[in-house]
Amino acid sequence: MKSLADLEAIRKRTLENINMRKDEDAARVVIGMATCGIAAGARPVMLAFMDEIKKRNLQHVTVSQTGCVGMCRYEPMLDVILPGQEKVTYIHVKPEMVPRIVAEHIVNGHPVTEYTIGAAED
Amino acid sequence: MRDLSLHLLDLAQNSITAGASLVTVKIAIDDAGMLTLTLEDNGKGMSHELLSRVTSPFATTRTTRKVGLGIPMMKENAEKAGGTFSLSSEEGKGTTLIATMDTKNIDCLPLGDLTGTLLSLMLTNPLSPDFLFEGSTPKGKAVFDTREVRGVLGSDIPFNEPSVASWLKEALEEEINPIFGGVWI
Repeated sequence: MKSLADLEAIRKRTLENINMRKDEDAARVVIGMATCGIAAGARPVMLAFMDEIKKRNLQHVTVSQTGCVGMCRYEPMLDVILPGQEKVTYIHVKPEMVPRIVAEHIVNGHPVTEYTIGAAED
Repeated sequence: MRDLSLHLLDLAQNSITAGASLVTVKIAIDDAGMLTLTLEDNGKGMSHELLSRVTSPFATTRTTRKVGLGIPMMKENAEKAGGTFSLSSEEGKGTTLIATMDTKNIDCLPLGDLTGTLLSLMLTNPLSPDFLFEGSTPKGKAVFDTREVRGVLGSDIPFNEPSVASWLKEALEEEINPIFGGVWI
């Protein structure tokens, strides 16, 4: 296994940061990872979010998963929930779309309207 | 499902829902090219009645709708590739799923992104359960145990912390890539 000493150093650094953070100002990304989501390609989307968050060193974003919400035809789907705002649902998400969602929505607060479920239903 | 590692990601979710504290994944490929996938958990297990009907696409424990395709699709893909599928379970003890496939069979699914699957499982279940992976191929053996990682990291730092996540990714790649290289990517 990779050096556990590296991990010890990460632990020390992280503990300092984690105490300064408050849950209420965290942005949340919730990805549908049931059978339908996985079959449609949710895994690379989730990994793309982790990469992008790491790349931009964003401290206030958590990525989590949920089950099937019953709209399997729109998978891969995900919700972006910014503190104090309504959730925004993105559909048919591909890994290539993730940097734009992170930059425009999570960092700058403007949802990428053309990727949302609202755009598909109009 | 396009590959075996996507099946694994899907089926492991059943173990997590069953309240397992340890999920063990074993993938072994022998010299003759037979692949055995074992998924073992210490969750709440299934009754005989549920176990007997769970390979049907019309059996599910969820209440939102009446279909559950994860297990039946795995069974079909294993049998299509000259393999077998079996499930055993004991209430209160846990469940074990074993699927075999002949990797020389033209209908055998590729292994797919195994590192990505294991990483996804760890990142989406950042505090529990623990995962133990054991791989064995003609090229060698690989072991990855999140209990060791948590031993160093402590119980207060979740796996989806970005710096921890990238450590996990590199550690998994280092362990898994050497033995599942080439045609098994």
